[in-house]
Amino acid sequence: MITTRGLARTFKTRAGLVEAVRGVDFEVAAGEIVGFLGPNGAGKTTTQRMLATLLAPTAGEATVAGADLRREPRRVRERIGYVAQGGMTNPTALVAEELVMQARLFGIPRPDAEARARRLLAELDLAGLDARPVKTLSGGQRRRLDIALGLVHGPPLVFLDEPSTGLDPHSRANLWGHIRGLRDRDGATVFLTTHYLDEADALCDRILVIDHGRVVAEGSPEALKRRVSGDVVTLALDGDPAAAAALLAAQPNVRAVQPVDGGVRVTVERGDAEAIALMRVLDGAGVRVASLSVARPSLDDVFLTMTGRSLRDDAPAAAPGGAP
Amino acid sequence: MTRPIREALVVFGYQLRLILREPVWVVIGLIQPLIYLALFGPLLEPIAKATPGFPPGDAWQVFVPGLLIQLGIFGSMFVGFGLLGEMRAGVVERMRVSPASRFALLFGRVMRDTLVLLVQAVVLTLVALAFGLELVPGGALITLGIVALLGVALSSLSYTAALRLKSEDALAPLLNMVSVPVLLLSGILLPMTLAPHWLYSLSRANPFSHVVEGARAAFRGDFGATSLAAGLVAAAFLAAVSLWLATRTFARESA
Repeated sequence: MITTRGLARTFKTRAGLVEAVRGVDFEVAAGEIVGFLGPNGAGKTTTQRMLATLLAPTAGEATVAGADLRREPRRVRERIGYVAQGGMTNPTALVAEELVMQARLFGIPRPDAEARARRLLAELDLAGLDARPVKTLSGGQRRRLDIALGLVHGPPLVFLDEPSTGLDPHSRANLWGHIRGLRDRDGATVFLTTHYLDEADALCDRILVIDHGRVVAEGSPEALKRRVSGDVVTLALDGDPAAAAALLAAQPNVRAVQPVDGGVRVTVERGDAEAIALMRVLDGAGVRVASLSVARPSLDDVFLTMTGRSLRDDAPAAAPGGAP
Repeated sequence: MTRPIREALVVFGYQLRLILREPVWVVIGLIQPLIYLALFGPLLEPIAKATPGFPPGDAWQVFVPGLLIQLGIFGSMFVGFGLLGEMRAGVVERMRVSPASRFALLFGRVMRDTLVLLVQAVVLTLVALAFGLELVPGGALITLGIVALLGVALSSLSYTAALRLKSEDALAPLLNMVSVPVLLLSGILLPMTLAPHWLYSLSRANPFSHVVEGARAAFRGDFGATSLAAGLVAAAFLAAVSLWLATRTFARESA
């Protein structure tokens, strides 16, 4: 659905050239939810705006929804939906009016546009708000209207820029349900940016980690986390931790064993699969296991390993052109 | 109906509904020219009779077309501020990501602005009748056409400036800087035929001075005047160039 080759964007500023995106190569398959994860200023929005035809690349090529980004921007626009980070609605316009106008810009005749608007409003829990001015909506309602505006023409590929920023936890969970529905119910491909680890983890089939304008890692949330350090199984023991540690270290799938107060910490490839085997080994040796816990590394650990800094330490400067 | 026109009509309808929801702005735009009409117009009556070099026709036939052109210029000059508000709200980007032609996205707005302007111009002309304007209907219609062309030109230019500057703080001083010389060198308030030679020559370089003189010829019913033809050509030229410039700016990626 998306293929990029060396896509790059440099901004001219008074301070000199800023390389917001430094040549990214990636693919997104049809029907995937792919997340672009990175701190503010990493180049997420700039890349997305290039793919949505809003910003011309300074180098590189891309195919978006089957059309060439540089040569056929109109065909790209026909097949994508784009939901910007900062909202897309006119405060004085009416809810249904916004949707109908947007659909008609895509060449959809008025009666059809009105039917689509009604259906989307119902699907996104906005039913009954048709005649309300946009400025009277709550933050969550307005965000769902933004998303409806990106979907009203039924695009096979949807770009969402920081979809849940500024939403309360309930609205957020609700929005995630709608985004999954795009893939599961409509068969759409979703390409979203986020700087929330939990969002990327909960929503994405695959994650591209971006930092300083480059893709530094790629994979499913699970695979990325495994790649970093493996899972940690912590066993609390009634007995000598040192003897248990020696015993476990000899097991084939164990990467590292560390005696801790009253037990051992064991690093394995897959904690959920290995934990029981570890318990059986100890059981066989007569060591009683009092409790057991399995911890997965977080995406923040992935980011730390890939870039040497935490995702939570936001980069100081955002790229120019309103492109964090 | 061709696609860009259909798309422009969608934008026009949307923009028109937005302004009809707050029609007070249309009324406020009329207040300044009405004040000029009431408080400045009467001063011209004795001057027109006593001053050699004052253009032919009754004082109101000289002053009202000038006021209409002033409305055309100043009524449309500030539409860029509305666009900046929509840019900030993300509405412009949302339209740009649709396949609609860039010309249509611009022209739909320009049509709305021009319609609002024409409504104001008609009201202003009707009020002027009460002050004693002798109306030549054909001439008034031609003048409304000229006002429409100016509306297209000035709203396009205002959008171009807004898209390039992207800031109210930069747009306001630019408009102020441009508007005063344009106003004074167009002979809107007092005809340039009263000016000393150097000032008259300078005013010839201002296309709006030709537009004003064309409108005056139309208003007094002098349909064969070369100044009328020159005014129409100047207005059409301004509209075409401005529209082209604005469409180009709208299509530019960073706009």
